[in-house]
Amino acid sequence: AIMRGVPQLLSRARLVRVGFSASEPVLAVQAGILQPDKFTQTFVQIRGLKSSKVISQAPLTAVDIADSGKQLKQELEAIVGPGNVSSGESVVLQHGQDEGPHPGKSPDIVVFPSSTEEVSEVCKICTRHNTPIIPYGTGTGLEGGISAVEGGVCVNVSKNMNKILQIHQEDFSAVVQPGISREMLNQEVRSDGLWFPVDPGADASVCGMCATGASGTNAVRYGTMKENCLNLEVVLADGRIIHTAGIGSRPKKSSAGYNLTSLFLGSEGTLGIITSATVCLHAIPESVAAAVVGFPTVQNAVDTVVMTLQCSVPMARMELLDEVQMKACNEYSGLSYPETPHLFLEFHGSESEVESQTETVRDIAADNEGGEFQWAVQQEDRTKLWTARHRAYYADIALRPGCRSLTTDVCVPVSALPDLVTATKADIAEHGLIGPMVGHVGDGNFHTMLLFDPADPEEFRKCKEVANKMARSAIALGGTCTGEHGVGQGKMVLLEEQFGKDGIDVMRQIKGALDPQQLMNPGKVFSRN
Amino acid sequence: MALKVLVGCKRVIDYAVKIRIKPDKLGVVTEGVKHSMNPFDEIAVEEAVRLKERKLAKEIIVVTCGPPQAAETIRTALAMGADRGIHVEIPLDQMDTFQPLHVSKVLAKLAEKEKVDIVMLGKLAIDDDSNQTAQMTASLLDWPQGVFASKIDKTDAGLEIIREVDGGLETIRTTLPAVLSADLRLNEPRYATLPNIMKAKKKKVVKMTPADLGVDMAPRIQIVSVEDPPVREAGQTVADVDDLVAKLKEKGFSSA
Repeated sequence: AIMRGVPQLLSRARLVRVGFSASEPVLAVQAGILQPDKFTQTFVQIRGLKSSKVISQAPLTAVDIADSGKQLKQELEAIVGPGNVSSGESVVLQHGQDEGPHPGKSPDIVVFPSSTEEVSEVCKICTRHNTPIIPYGTGTGLEGGISAVEGGVCVNVSKNMNKILQIHQEDFSAVVQPGISREMLNQEVRSDGLWFPVDPGADASVCGMCATGASGTNAVRYGTMKENCLNLEVVLADGRIIHTAGIGSRPKKSSAGYNLTSLFLGSEGTLGIITSATVCLHAIPESVAAAVVGFPTVQNAVDTVVMTLQCSVPMARMELLDEVQMKACNEYSGLSYPETPHLFLEFHGSESEVESQTETVRDIAADNEGGEFQWAVQQEDRTKLWTARHRAYYADIALRPGCRSLTTDVCVPVSALPDLVTATKADIAEHGLIGPMVGHVGDGNFHTMLLFDPADPEEFRKCKEVANKMARSAIALGGTCTGEHGVGQGKMVLLEEQFGKDGIDVMRQIKGALDPQQLMNPGKVFSRN
Repeated sequence: MALKVLVGCKRVIDYAVKIRIKPDKLGVVTEGVKHSMNPFDEIAVEEAVRLKERKLAKEIIVVTCGPPQAAETIRTALAMGADRGIHVEIPLDQMDTFQPLHVSKVLAKLAEKEKVDIVMLGKLAIDDDSNQTAQMTASLLDWPQGVFASKIDKTDAGLEIIREVDGGLETIRTTLPAVLSADLRLNEPRYATLPNIMKAKKKKVVKMTPADLGVDMAPRIQIVSVEDPPVREAGQTVADVDDLVAKLKEKGFSSA
């Protein structure tokens, strides 16, 4: 009888406030609930609380229950100001949905803090109320990372915390708040001859990019977010504020203590809220050249890439577009490339370096059945040459107007790429789907844009099937189920397969230590048990 | 025939900054606000540098009329590839009354002094949107003008310029010397790289005042007031189509 009644009890349980005494959390249970001890046990298990005991059997009135949410809102307003707390329908809707294909769940409340201290106080309040906390940057993620699966408070740290705190021109680093996007940072530092090279496509929050461990087209030369982050200021669930590499530290290297920066990079909001990031800048290259060359097969293109890397050519960008993608680009941008796999390349360096690099790669491409090698140096010409790659996503959507795309993201050792691409293409054809491919082939990372009709759940299911198969193949080939987008909700099962139970258990233990009440972005990356 | 080019650039509030009106309503807040080179001037500098790279120009002189802080703007232009700079210093508190006519007179005097073949400007500055300086400079010098240029080519007789006009593109030919102004699609300016920024520190910048050039600074225009655009009013929700039609009739938008 108790198990049947549990769902209703649990839904009511969310309305019941959890208070804290100095020593242990307590749970006030509404009178009339059958077997309060059993109920408490289940509640404890789900909430990940260490212990709790029933303190009161007095009836809680309906007003008390409703007040629980009102009280939370009032406490939040006291910290951030009434204008910075909202539970309006469109506000919460916006804050639960990112740019991926999975429908997101709205949080109950959205807050807009203006400082790290306010974020800390917000976390303390949420901890007291046992309410989930979901950090929000620009909402440009693709894996449903901001979906408020268990409701709770969405902490939008980008709206009011939008300053570049420091720029260290000679040290090539900058300290930014979550409201600074990568394009804003670039605009600010370009007059100093510097740039921030991690480019995931979207104009994402730099701190958000730290949370997802973002990468982009330049990673082959300049690294991902992991290689470009020196320090993070993080607010933990209990409100503690820590600096992962040391307070105010920004040396290029350090052997001091555990590498907490690495721990929080890519933690997708499940361990804490990033309130500022110290990131690396690089010198704007003296000379830039772009090139495009077509190949009869993907194998030819990948062989070219492998040989180029083996020749230690410091390529800045190496992108592979398959023939389906090229067709889409031709149609969308009015171009006339042959419908075969193409490599889009970019070279950085001094004028003479760029020239010699281009020569080397031109020869390698020719050795691998490469077609016409088009290249450009002038800014506008380079932009034109790369148009196809820049508009790839929109070109894909235009293939079937009204459709959306499930964008996959796997990464394998480069040598395994041709096999994986071939197998995936066969799978896509077998399922009757359209799936153009774009790859950061220098990293062995590629994306398929699996198109589906949002009104057709069967088609979406097929896309998921193909995507999961791809990820499993990638894991089997020594790769990873996600190269850059993160795990979010959709890849939790795959993560278990990639790491095995013990690996995930270690992650669970770490999370349990930093977030005992399981409040930080619940329902993401891995399950509770 | 390698040309000598005089490029004008202006230090303005950065295009991305949110503008705020001063309490006295006579201007906008500039203190502590990010400034950068006027975007159209960046395009002008870039075009001049490309003329030099195409071996059509032999020397690029960049000039700015502005407060001491404008020295940064000159350095950016030098880092992009200009050869030397002239900083016509205007005290910060006189910047409000320093107007396009004064700039034109300064540029005309410098163009004659330096014996340049092309005066290259941005088509307008994003702070005052005047779009007058190039035209007035040409008039003072009695030189032909090619304004809103989206393409510039050298011919035997002078220049061929494609201009962006309301109806489309207009191609004109001028003799040299000439005054040109850069439009948005003329080119995509390069970013200054660190090695070039370092080299720019060694390039010569000469300072002078408008008086040195015999230009009088008396304002011809007085700013009466600067105001925010009216606050957008809330819309009205209508219950249904009939309600909408009734409201349209009420406001006189429907004759039926």
